[in-house]
Amino acid sequence: MNKQTREPLIHITKRGSLPWYRTLGIRAAAILLAVIFSGLITMLLTGENPLKIYVTIFNGSFGSARRVWVLLQNTAILLMVALAVTPAFRMRCWNLGGDGQILAGGLATAACMILLGDKLPGWLLIVVMLAASVVAGAVWAVIPAWFKARFNTNETLFTLMMNYIATQIVAFFIVVWEVPKGAGQIGIINQISKAGWLPQVGPSKYLLNVIIAVVFTVLMYLYLNYSKHGYEIAVVGESERTARYVGIKVDRIIVRTMLLSGALCGLAGLLLVAGTDHTLTTTITGGRGFTAVMVSWMAHFNPIVMVFTSFLLVFLSKGGSEVASGFGLSASFGDILTGIILFFIIGSEFFITYKVNFRKHAGKENGK
Amino acid sequence: MIDLIAFIPRAVIQGIPLLFGSTGETLTEKSGNLNLGIPGIMYVGAISGVIGSFFYEQAGAPSPVLTVLIPLLCSMTGSLLMGLLYCFLTVTLRANQNVTGLALTTFGVGIGNFFGGSLIKLANSAVPVIVLSKTSAYFSATPAGGATDWFSRLFLSYGFLAYAAVIIALAASYILNHTRIGLHLRAVGESPTTADAAGISVTRYKYVSTCIGSVIAGLGGLYYIMDYAKGIWSSDAFGDRGWLAIALVIFSVWRPTLGIFASFLFGGLYILNVYIPTGTNLAIKELYKMLPYVVTVLVLVVTSVRNKRENQPPASLGLPYFREER
Amino acid sequence: MDNKTPAVKMRNITKTFGSVVANDKVWLDIYRGEILALLGENGSGKTTLMNMLSGIYFPDKGDISIDGKEVVIRSPKDAFDLGIGMIHQHFKLVDVLSAAENIVLGLPGKLDLKAATAKIRQICDAYGFEVDPKQKIYDMSVSQKQTVEIVKVLYRGADILILDEPTAVLTPQETDKLFAVLRNMRDDGKAVVIITHKMHEVEALSDRVAVLRQGQFIGDMPTKTTNAQEMTNMMVGHPVVLNIDRPDPVDPRPRIEVKNLTVRNIDGIVKLDDVSFTANSGEILGIAGISGCGQKELLEAIAGLQRVESGSISYIEDDGSREELIGKDPLEIQQMGVSLSFVPEDRLGMGLVGNMDLADNMMLRSFRRGRGIFTDRKSPHKLAETVVHDLEVVTPSVETPVRRLSGGNVQKVLVGREIAEAPKVLLTAYAVRGLDINSSYTIYDLLNKQKQAGVAVVYVGEDLDVLLELADRILVLCGGKVSGIVPGRGAKKRDVGLMMTRLGGKTDE
Repeated sequence: MNKQTREPLIHITKRGSLPWYRTLGIRAAAILLAVIFSGLITMLLTGENPLKIYVTIFNGSFGSARRVWVLLQNTAILLMVALAVTPAFRMRCWNLGGDGQILAGGLATAACMILLGDKLPGWLLIVVMLAASVVAGAVWAVIPAWFKARFNTNETLFTLMMNYIATQIVAFFIVVWEVPKGAGQIGIINQISKAGWLPQVGPSKYLLNVIIAVVFTVLMYLYLNYSKHGYEIAVVGESERTARYVGIKVDRIIVRTMLLSGALCGLAGLLLVAGTDHTLTTTITGGRGFTAVMVSWMAHFNPIVMVFTSFLLVFLSKGGSEVASGFGLSASFGDILTGIILFFIIGSEFFITYKVNFRKHAGKENGK
Repeated sequence: MIDLIAFIPRAVIQGIPLLFGSTGETLTEKSGNLNLGIPGIMYVGAISGVIGSFFYEQAGAPSPVLTVLIPLLCSMTGSLLMGLLYCFLTVTLRANQNVTGLALTTFGVGIGNFFGGSLIKLANSAVPVIVLSKTSAYFSATPAGGATDWFSRLFLSYGFLAYAAVIIALAASYILNHTRIGLHLRAVGESPTTADAAGISVTRYKYVSTCIGSVIAGLGGLYYIMDYAKGIWSSDAFGDRGWLAIALVIFSVWRPTLGIFASFLFGGLYILNVYIPTGTNLAIKELYKMLPYVVTVLVLVVTSVRNKRENQPPASLGLPYFREER
Repeated sequence: MDNKTPAVKMRNITKTFGSVVANDKVWLDIYRGEILALLGENGSGKTTLMNMLSGIYFPDKGDISIDGKEVVIRSPKDAFDLGIGMIHQHFKLVDVLSAAENIVLGLPGKLDLKAATAKIRQICDAYGFEVDPKQKIYDMSVSQKQTVEIVKVLYRGADILILDEPTAVLTPQETDKLFAVLRNMRDDGKAVVIITHKMHEVEALSDRVAVLRQGQFIGDMPTKTTNAQEMTNMMVGHPVVLNIDRPDPVDPRPRIEVKNLTVRNIDGIVKLDDVSFTANSGEILGIAGISGCGQKELLEAIAGLQRVESGSISYIEDDGSREELIGKDPLEIQQMGVSLSFVPEDRLGMGLVGNMDLADNMMLRSFRRGRGIFTDRKSPHKLAETVVHDLEVVTPSVETPVRRLSGGNVQKVLVGREIAEAPKVLLTAYAVRGLDINSSYTIYDLLNKQKQAGVAVVYVGEDLDVLLELADRILVLCGGKVSGIVPGRGAKKRDVGLMMTRLGGKTDE
């Protein structure tokens, strides 16, 4: 009788939970490994001393006051988008349409600036822009949400497609508004009158965005963790059955939450167009809708932690381009570094959720 | 009026990269893996082929067979590695598929542009492109030669990879619908628990189909450079075709044979803007480019509203499988 | 009939899950050319025993022999190779595939659906099944799906068939058809085991009956030599004296009146059939019945979670004014003071959120009451602490996710929360499922306190002994119909047991 072969060599089980320091330890180890690994890769490609590479990466972000501001600005915008998509993710609704929603918001902003720039007083224009961008982003998110709630249409694929529809609509309007004709771009909007430009606060034009991002981080944290809405979102995300059982209207929560997601993305679009770029391009989002997914996921959908994860990704990408220009490599080097870090972090989650058991001694029968 | 004989071949060559991508992604999705890394994989497939070809051309490209084989094998190896990476993370480590896919796309596009950029530096040319004319000559050789009759123009004016794309799609369709492997693969994507209980190795099927899917998708990138673009690589030239390929999967409701026609249709829609009558506002062009996505959304909506079971995404799409989960 | 060598011989089979002994040194013989009914109450270990035969579980102790040869069954595949096939209550079929595709799923070799179809037809003709091999599973009724499962097992050459409560999902006509097929299989020399707790099925179908009670093998005998009374006795055992407190009802007045209630589930099967009764305030109405006889649907219909086909459910105020509950949404019904605590089989999934901590779970009912847009975090926290203290919930803290509590403690949290809502009507199902004796008594005390406070308590229970000592009146359900309503005081266990298995509880003899 061969009863011993019952237990497989490697057996994977789900962990109950880990103390926070071990979770943190696993993540830190993953990041450390990733940093060493990317250092090695860079060394292979450039033949440089890895320490020098790390110094260069650091300089890419902190080398000068301007760089620090750019770092903060990029972090702020990425954080805004990540905050925007997070409520939907908490509900297990995969909103990959961040890019499209930002573009919708940006387009609405640009439209207001171009069409109403000389018709409305400055403050009123900004109010109108704010309303328009928020509504545009919200509409762009509510369309897939409504179909999801009503017909269970796959929201991942739907929102993905909405990105490209938005891109082409923006491309359309760029041609309509192009300055000068045939240039294929809008150029700086209201360069002279500065109508609709968000005011500069403090020493840098980027400070306003940073402040807004900080405010929204706190607000979103409170919303998700302490408000009735946040609570409903969490319940729907965990178990639709339980939600119905306690009388939560799941369909309504889906639409409402996606509306919020879209509105915030629209606001991010406003910040990009009216706050920093003062123009509209199809690539104004810089893929932040996607990067935000990763930022939010890595932070386990916790707004406070997202400050760090968004910072990490921006820091890496800036560092990567600095390495690239410093050592004569392509600017895409930052993307590779980002990819490597992401893979390590994604992989490390496994060791937090699951436990790998090796068969200790053959002979124990422990089937389940 | 559009000259159809001229239009259709152009639509087809636009559609071929999408066909490779969507056939690959369909196979992948049939196993329950939603691989959003396809755009990145297609970049890697392209650049790997370019790297192989670049160095072989530098060596003079003496053998015609190797001139074709080297980029082909390099491309397939590159995409295979990407597929393996995706599988390791999502199947073995059960990571979130959306996040992994997006990271893979960032990474893959980065790899493509990075090595492309490095090669451009190596090539030391005046314009920021790599030209692989010798390799391209083989890839874009058509059976029609110089014939200009309508039949040759419609059916014989493509490089060998274009025919391969159609054959692969047909083969994929046959395997999915008429073989035991296909049956098991569909079962894995629909209900991994049931498949597992029937003694089918869910992990193996997911790995194999996703990796084969990646390799096929990667060929789309290679085709784009070597045939469509006549051997010219420049940064970001491939554009968002990877996403269009994912849209195509939905549009063709997970059927590779339908994907063949749908890809030509998408190719046509993609270039339709070129054919708008002169005098029309140029901005309209951009709206034409929107059409593939709009029809995809419509298909997605209509299939979910009609709720016909055959036309739904595989039921376990996007979900990791863990046997002991309840 | 030559019944000399058993096809399956199970000896001293023991299986424990944690501290629960599911099977305790069970002996069982299964013969070819015979239909064996495996009879027992819920939780008596019938399914566990058969799962060990079909390779789902592995026994802790004991031996299994097939045709006299000792074997080890490690996986469903091993079982198939030995000719054992089991049809589970939850079908394992891929919806978008056809019947034929499902039947050949996982088999090696070239895919030849034509040959498979021919073989399926042959099996169908031999036993009288009706299966269209090309039909998709999602187009099928439950009974058709079940047929596909049976054909799947036969296709793989099984000659020992086990069916786990096969009639639970069937209409009477479908049941008759199934029985005819099973008889055909028996006459063909196959060994057939059906797991059941329905007395009339045992009598109508089986050649032999084996009874399990609380994981132990009680005995087996030819069906002809026994009768319903004897089998019920073996199944329920002797009455146990529990000494549960039963205060007198306090000023009972009609609170919930259910009239002619009929409910169908998603598959269109009638789960409640013309049910009428009244639940009074200040009284515990016990609901007895074999599981799956409509208890869940009844409570969910009252709570507004179940679509009702016909009938009415009235909520009656103290002043006699009535309000119809059907058509109201769960929230409205909740706000009227009707509270439901249903402990499902998996304990979580309904009523609680596994990944949230105790305090957050307390909020499920009360989160709407916070000021403005924010939830009130303090009172649920306090409530959680009270529940933990009063019900002796074992937990590291109230910040622990409920998922990590043991089953009994999860239940205390759920029941504690529902009671804290100070309801007018308390619906509770399986409140003591899997609890130890002390915790169970805590729950009984709580229910009694509610009753004395004038709440109309509806208590669905699995344990007859408890119902008999706790409830003021007992409503017995049998197959979705009211089999009878008896006063709790003085009711005989035998009588109620019979009413559970047979409408009205009368034996035909």
